[in-house]
This record gives sequence, C-alpha cells and structure tokens, in this order.
Amino acid sequence: MTPLLSVQGITKRYGAHIGCADVSFDLYPGEVMGIVGESGSGKSTLLNCMAGHLRPDAGSVVFDTRGHGPRDTVTMSEPERRMLGRTDWAFVHQHARDGLRMGVSAGGNVGERLMAVGARHYGDIRDKAVDWLERVEIDAGRVDDRPTTFSGGMQQRLQIARNLVTGPRLVFMDEPTGGLDVSVQARLLDLLRGLVRDMGLSAIIVTHDLAVVRLLADRLMVMKDGLVVENGLTDQVLDDPQHAYTQLLVSSVLQV
Amino acid sequence: MTPSSEYNFAYLDEQTKRMIRRAILKGLAIPGYQVPFASREMPMPYGWGTGGVQVSAAVLTPDDRFKVIDQGADDTTNAVSIRTFFERTAGVATTTATPEATVIQTRHRIPEVPLTEGQILVYQVPIPEPLRFLEPRESETRKMHSLEEYGLMHVKLYEDISRHGHIATSYAYPVKVEARYVMDPSPIPKFDNPKLGDCPAIQLFGAGREQRIYALPPYTQVVSLDFEDHPFEASKADHPCGLCGAEDSYLDEVIVDDSGGRMFVCSDTDYCEGRQAAGHRGKDLGGKDAA
Repeated sequence: MTPLLSVQGITKRYGAHIGCADVSFDLYPGEVMGIVGESGSGKSTLLNCMAGHLRPDAGSVVFDTRGHGPRDTVTMSEPERRMLGRTDWAFVHQHARDGLRMGVSAGGNVGERLMAVGARHYGDIRDKAVDWLERVEIDAGRVDDRPTTFSGGMQQRLQIARNLVTGPRLVFMDEPTGGLDVSVQARLLDLLRGLVRDMGLSAIIVTHDLAVVRLLADRLMVMKDGLVVENGLTDQVLDDPQHAYTQLLVSSVLQV
Repeated sequence: MTPSSEYNFAYLDEQTKRMIRRAILKGLAIPGYQVPFASREMPMPYGWGTGGVQVSAAVLTPDDRFKVIDQGADDTTNAVSIRTFFERTAGVATTTATPEATVIQTRHRIPEVPLTEGQILVYQVPIPEPLRFLEPRESETRKMHSLEEYGLMHVKLYEDISRHGHIATSYAYPVKVEARYVMDPSPIPKFDNPKLGDCPAIQLFGAGREQRIYALPPYTQVVSLDFEDHPFEASKADHPCGLCGAEDSYLDEVIVDDSGGRMFVCSDTDYCEGRQAAGHRGKDLGGKDAA
C-alpha cells in the first residue's frame, strides 16, 4: 500500500535554534496521526512544513497525488502546491479567525474553495454550502450571517465545513479544540470523529490536549525540543509511556 | 490660450514621459496587467486624476485634439481644470466633441458615441487592484494574479447575490481580459462594461497614488465576471433622457426641487447636446417646443 503522505527527515532551523529536526513518518489513507508536545516543542513548525506554509531546510514531504502519483511537495512548483492546498489538502487553524474571512457570510466562506476550483453556478454553490452547514450542525438559516455573529464553537465548525467542502483527502489540524470550553470541545470532537470516519479522511492533528488524541488519533508522535522522542499506537503510548518526557506528560493530566 | 514657455511640452520632463511610455507599452503588451511606474507629484491632489494626467501627458503630441470628461460631463470642475492645464502646458487644441478628439481623458465614463481607431481613451483610476477589498496584502494579490487564482472575485459576487438577490455591484465591475488577468475597469458604471471589449480605440488606465498603469489594446476581448445562473447585465435607469429623449444612454438622476421632483438626463453632456442640436426633445425640456 502506498502511503498517502511520506515524510522523510524534515528539518527546520530558525538561525541557531532548532524548530524541528529529522522527523520521518508515513501516513496511510484513512489514518489519523496525533502530534503532542509542550509549547515550543516544534509541533506547529512541523505541521507548517508539511502543509507547505514553511519551507523546510532539509527533507521531503511526498504526497500521493490523484493525478501523478507520489510527488515531493517541497520541490514541486508553487502553483501546484497551492492547488493541492485548495483541493486535496485542508488546514484547520487553531483560531477560526485565521482560517475564515470574517467579512464574508458563512455561505461565502464555505463556497470560496468551490469557486477557487472553478464552480460558477450560484445555486449549486449555495446548495452545497447549506448542505455543509447542516453537516457541521449549523442552522441553515444562518447561511447569510457573518462569522462575527457566531460563537467560538460555531466559528470552528464553520472553518471545518469550509475546508472539507472540496472533499480533501488529508486534513492538517492545529489545535482544533484550543480555546473552546469542554462541552463545546466534546461536540466538536464527536463531529470530527464522525467526519473523519465517514469521509475516510486522513488527518494530522497537532495538540497539547491528550484527550483529543485519545479520541481521534490512531497513532501518536510525542515531540520535545524539536525531536520526536516517542511514537506508536495511541493507546500504547498513553497507557505505557516509555520516554521520561511522555511519562511526565501523561501524569500531568488532571484526573477529575 | 498660448502655452507657457516656462514648462516643458505637456508639463512633464522628457525622461519622465519616456518612463511612463515604457510602462504603457508594457501594459499594452500584457493586456490587463498592472505595470508599476514611478508616479510623479502633480500640481493637483491625489484622487483628482494624477494618474490620468501623467498618462495623457506622456501620449499627447502637439497635433492632438484633447477632450476631458468627468462623470460624462465636459463642464465640471475637474474636467475644466485638467483641460485648461493642458491648454497652458502643451498648447494642444481642445474639444468637447467625442468624434473630433484624438486623446480623451475620462473619469468614470466611456463616451456614448462609439470610439474609433486612432483615438486614445485615458482613464483615471483610484484603486487599480480589483482584489483589494477582499485581500488587503499586496504581496498576496500579486501572487494571486500571477497564479491566476481568481476564485475570491466570485466570492464578492456571491456575497452580492446572497445579500441583495442579484449582483448589486453597479460600478467598477470586475472584468477578465483575454481570458487571463482580472482587471478593475476603474469606477465606470457597469452599463459601460460591454464597450470595453472589442473597442477600436486604445484604452489606457493610470493610477497616480497607487503607481500603476494598465492598458487594453484595440480589439481586446473583455468579459465581465458573472455566474451561470446570474449572468452579467448592463443596467441603467429605466427612463428616457429628460432633455434629449435618448433611450440608450446612461442617465444621471438630478433632484430638481425639495418635494421629490427629479429628472433623468444623459451623463454624457456632449452626446445630449448633439442630440438636442439635431432636434431631439425630452419631456423635461422647458419652452414651447417641449414634447
């Protein structure tokens, strides 16, 4: 089986400081990978390198494209990479404001990716937008409202709808539940789990919340100081942590 | 009026004109592409047509006949002062008749009389970037132009339809040039958009504050953006002109008293006067020969 995404030796330095160093892994279709670690451990740097937002200093990110098979996205041309970013890839930001156009209605936000890949029929775009709002549990009556009038949880769900409307195969998520209260988090996680399973999505989720990876991720990678210190199946890593830092991380979670 | 001898022909020095002509030639070679140029300070405020004046100064020759229109009119402050400016600094002949003019500087209109080969239409442009209000970063909009990522332009039209039920953008309506660059046609009413394409005259666009020049060579393909189920429609006020009775020209609404009275008149004064001289009469024209 060809991996959907094959990451080899990704390294990114900020001057003398290490962002992330020599990270390698394969992600297979339908698999959800969690990346955990404390603030400053290089999780987001790694995610941005994989999603093409940052150019890594070394390494390759090979993606199994629909048309041309496995291609290295680091060396491919910028138009091709941006095209991937609008079609086969999706990026869910921690702050919905970074991922949404706040001055544009919910329908326009969801429709943007459709229009970016050439949809030119207003009625069809709108029907799809309404359909997706319902799938992320936003009332269809809010389709013409701006995201500024939405609650934090709704904004995050809208961002997810906007990203998934073109049927991507790989979703990058940067702390998707950050800043939400626990009941909203639970609903969002439930929704994400449903969408990932229904659409057969592969996902890479960066978070510092172990509950999120416990629920969503099949596999887990633990990062510290830019290095991967431990990886394996989620339950295995969380229930039987081997590395001292992972043990600290797991024991730091408050038990209610 | 005789030209003032203290000025170089058409105000700008020859090196500056040369620089602007290079930008114009590049613009003509790549229709719809915004060419940066080193815009000069002009003896008028930004927003009054500094870009258009510089382009006009660069293309004027002593044999030209110059016409200036502002919202279609030859007799408004802006039109009168720019016309006087070139009478004084270039000594060129001026006219108000569209067919007689060889260079026409315009703000916000295309003349009603069809333009012909050999004429140059110079637009004053306030904001040349059609994507500006959707994407504030210049670095990003340039990238979007170079990679032909114009989905965002349709988001604006989508928003119009979702809010108003139809495409409510009525001026500065975005167009696609030769199936490549999306271009802001300057704030002309969308009624004028069909005249942009396949036009025998050269069309030049100058934005002084934003330091951009772009151009449409003669007979360029220009298509107004739209949706399949909401096609582009060139709209105007649904009235005949009150002075000349024209049914096919773009109209201004003029409030005539404070009890709701109003009349619709051609915004192109030259066209309207021409029709009146030819004996056409509108319903609001006073006197015994009113229809």
